[in-house]
Amino acid sequence: MQNPLVHWSFAIPEIWILVMACVVLLVDLFWGKTQRDLGFWLSIFCLTGAMVLTAAEMGQTGSAFYGQLLMDRFTNTADLAVELLGLLVLLYSRRYLMLRGLYRGEVLALLLFGVLGAMVMVSGGNLLSLYLGLELLALSQYALVAIYRDHLRATEAGLKYFILGALASGLLLYGMSLLYGLTGSLGIQKIGASLSGASPDNYVLIVALVFIVAGVAFKLGAAPFHMWLPDAYQGAPTPVTLFMASAPKIAAFALFVRLLAQGNAGSMAIWQQLFVALAVLSLLIGNVVAIAQTNLKRMLAYSTISNIGFLALGIVAGSQNGLASALFYAVVYALMATAGFGVIVYLSREGFEAEEIDDFRGLVQQRPWPAFLLLLIMFSMAGVPPTVGFYAKIAVFQALVQAGFVWLAVFGVLMAVVGAFYYLRVVKVAFFDPPPEGSRPSGGDPLAGLTLSVNGLALLVLGIVPAPLMAFCFHALQEVM
Amino acid sequence: MMGTPTLASWLILGALLFSIGVTGIFLNRKNVIILLMAIELLLLAVNINLVAFSRYLGNLQGQIFVFFVLTVAAAEAAIGLAILVVYFRNRHSINVDDIDELRG
Repeated sequence: MQNPLVHWSFAIPEIWILVMACVVLLVDLFWGKTQRDLGFWLSIFCLTGAMVLTAAEMGQTGSAFYGQLLMDRFTNTADLAVELLGLLVLLYSRRYLMLRGLYRGEVLALLLFGVLGAMVMVSGGNLLSLYLGLELLALSQYALVAIYRDHLRATEAGLKYFILGALASGLLLYGMSLLYGLTGSLGIQKIGASLSGASPDNYVLIVALVFIVAGVAFKLGAAPFHMWLPDAYQGAPTPVTLFMASAPKIAAFALFVRLLAQGNAGSMAIWQQLFVALAVLSLLIGNVVAIAQTNLKRMLAYSTISNIGFLALGIVAGSQNGLASALFYAVVYALMATAGFGVIVYLSREGFEAEEIDDFRGLVQQRPWPAFLLLLIMFSMAGVPPTVGFYAKIAVFQALVQAGFVWLAVFGVLMAVVGAFYYLRVVKVAFFDPPPEGSRPSGGDPLAGLTLSVNGLALLVLGIVPAPLMAFCFHALQEVM
Repeated sequence: MMGTPTLASWLILGALLFSIGVTGIFLNRKNVIILLMAIELLLLAVNINLVAFSRYLGNLQGQIFVFFVLTVAAAEAAIGLAILVVYFRNRHSINVDDIDELRG
């Protein structure tokens, strides 16, 4: 019998975050009133430490706790991305939370628990650990969305998100139970092995896959399972939206990699077709409905749906190349989304959310630097070179054409052109419309400003030298398939 | 004809409960509490599936999964009710048709 504690060290980053999240809660309980910054800096320390611990484990492979946790390059890469995004969220949101009375230990602890859930999902090697990671992330997010509890919109967004999220978990679980019935195992690798020769007209398997794809699509926010996304994004406090748009997308992609790419590689033909439908619908609905939006948060929510469509295109390609381009897309999109919502957080003040597109009129005349960063972010989302968004789209299209889906690639390019319209409209409003009466107060949170500058410029720098990040993502998926 | 139920009958029961749950979420236009009950029904349907498979495969993993699903369902219900209470304080209604502040 193998010792269950062999390779327990693979879980060190997760254990560290768990312990630190509890420490943050306790510190807030005892010193929260007097030392308000203590919990914040502890959380920063926690995530930085987790990044160091994850980086130290780079290159190790194996599994821990009887296969509950898998460690491979994908785990490391995605964990690093999730921790980095969590850190960015914290750095952006300090002042915003302070001005709205949300600068409390429970917000920080919930964020850390959310990051922990995402990390468990990334490394989950068993249906059980995947489910628990998913729920830890989801439950933290439900609470975070509704944390602004005196506001009708935030609580309504929380309620909608909770009901549809729970439905998604139910769908996913039902699919999982059928997979368990088919294979008699909960381990991803065993499921993959016993389904590798499954016949393509095994109806139970098809039903199981449909449920699992629906659950994953819900968590990603792909149309037609996107109903929760615009409401949750618009209603939640902006830093929470910032979090929801970043780390959970990478976790949902990891869920796809573990459940479908690894667990059901043998039935790729089935889930590939489902993802074609998801990609087409997401691109169409996301891009077309975004044009009609006047609220920037809601517009970015629809842009998320369309970006998930592009990510699904990489999944459709199915090859190792395609999945790697999808991971690259997910990481790049998460960086763009943090920057996009980061601008909203940075420009908001007490009693002013800066979330309507009209609030950005003539921004360049009063705040040239944030306006320039907004330009970079919108160009990157539209896929204009030399920003990194261009390379993300190119990589996906390349993999797609290689896999023989030329018509889908053409459709994707057309939709990218439609998308460019509403991204560039924001730039037009910020650069060419007259500013509103009365001047904008120029101050802002220096910490968020610095983070925004680094994040925005990273989109440009990564666009000029995309090779290292691309190679990093391509390397990550080498052992997966 | 009163033998032990077959695996198929358990799976049909699970599928029926699951369908009732999904229908309850989409067709219910009255009360959010009913939505929460429908969600619980979804998870219980999955539990029936898991236990039935576990019994017929002679494999305990499914039953262990059920314990975790039950625990998570309790946590989920707690958070759901908490959000519902907070929402009620702001809106003074838990009618599904009144949840219409965010749209477009």
